[in-house]
Amino acid sequence: MSALIEFQGFNKFFGEQQVLEQIDLQVQAGEVVVILGPSGCGKSTLLRCLNGLEQAHSGSLRLDGKELLAPGTDWRQVRQRVGMVFQSYHLFGHMSVLDNLLLGPLKVQKRERGEAQAQAEALLARVGLLDKRDVFPRQLSGGQQQRIAIVRSLCMNPEVMLFDEVTAALDPEMVKEVLQVIQGLAREGMTLLIVTHEMAFARAVADRIVFMEAGRILEQNPPERFFTQPQSARAQQFLEKFSFVESLPKTLHKELS
Amino acid sequence: MSFDTAFMLSTLPAFLKAVGVTLQVGLLAIFTSLLVAVANAAILVFRTPYLWRLVKGYVELARNTPLLIQLFFVYFALPSLGVKISGFGAAIITMTFMGGAYLTEVLRAGVEAVPRAQLESGRSIGLSEGQLLRHVILPQASILSLPALFATFVFLLKETTVVSAVAVPEILYTTKNYIALYYKTYEMLAVLTLLCVLIFLPLSLLLRYLERRLQHGQYGV
Repeated sequence: MSALIEFQGFNKFFGEQQVLEQIDLQVQAGEVVVILGPSGCGKSTLLRCLNGLEQAHSGSLRLDGKELLAPGTDWRQVRQRVGMVFQSYHLFGHMSVLDNLLLGPLKVQKRERGEAQAQAEALLARVGLLDKRDVFPRQLSGGQQQRIAIVRSLCMNPEVMLFDEVTAALDPEMVKEVLQVIQGLAREGMTLLIVTHEMAFARAVADRIVFMEAGRILEQNPPERFFTQPQSARAQQFLEKFSFVESLPKTLHKELS
Repeated sequence: MSFDTAFMLSTLPAFLKAVGVTLQVGLLAIFTSLLVAVANAAILVFRTPYLWRLVKGYVELARNTPLLIQLFFVYFALPSLGVKISGFGAAIITMTFMGGAYLTEVLRAGVEAVPRAQLESGRSIGLSEGQLLRHVILPQASILSLPALFATFVFLLKETTVVSAVAVPEILYTTKNYIALYYKTYEMLAVLTLLCVLIFLPLSLLLRYLERRLQHGQYGV
């Protein structure tokens, strides 16, 4: 079976600087891939390339076997199949929640209003926000806005969802409500590419962990293997930093509190 | 120094007419300036080849030359080139020339103030550039540019006093006339100042109120 998403020898530059180098990554349909790595390693850029928000690249990037780096690619089509959720939600502030959700289905996909709205409301109910249908984004908490942003992408009926550090801007209390939504999608078998710093979540939800540093993929492994026996020294170092707090001596814990 | 209030009252009908002329020049100029500005801002935002350089040049020229000199050029210099224009016509043309430039910058800045993330967010759900402009950029840009837009409106209204120099019978022209005829300098300047406060202050307050309503109401960004 050929992969749904396939990066091959993929390079990406910001001006002179190379930010992605010889990326080889295959994602099967229904797979949940979590990309980990230190800040600035190119994780987000990788997702953005898949959504056509970044240009200047070489190599090959295929979606369902079709080369996306070819000149005639209709990114508007691709974006309907590949949804993206951002760190800071980026809901349209001048529109009600419902209008945010319906903009794509009505204007881009030219769907029937009744049908699109029924879907939007069903999805809102699913993330527990149906009562917020007519409010404006600024009246919502960060966690609520992020759940709405996820629904906005889902309303386009995408095959793949990209999550770019979607909980990084949230209070710890709100992280959970967003992660639960993503976990629900994973359970349903949707293809997900997730960039996150939530290690426990990555471990729980991922079929595969991709570890990146300085624009390269250093290792790809199932989560249990990655978290218990990381192959590269850099990944070990990275994981040690995240277990720092847990490994503090008990007495010090007391002093802190 | 004595204040001739009876004389001041006797000039009121004439000043009332003058206020009408001031508002007429001001509001008409604001309207035509807006038309010019919308077209120019679109050219700047889309970087229409060649034209956008022309617009940039116009904006710099219009903003960096005094209104009075622009006015004299239109009213006194153009006739020698065979173009004869009335005082009122020269006033509108000149005010539009300057106002259009200021408002162009206001609108352009409004569009540029829309966060890039909003554009990416729109593109990521597959909006075309035209749809992005219509459904995301313009609604947000118009709200973002309101304060500067309203400030420029008030500025243009006040600048109408300059057109008194080409015998448009607005408030300053009327004042100068009365001073020249009756030497009631204090009285007439007092009336003028009072009128200015009465016209411009409520207008400023009204615009500020509107701005607050629009920005912090449900349409805010």
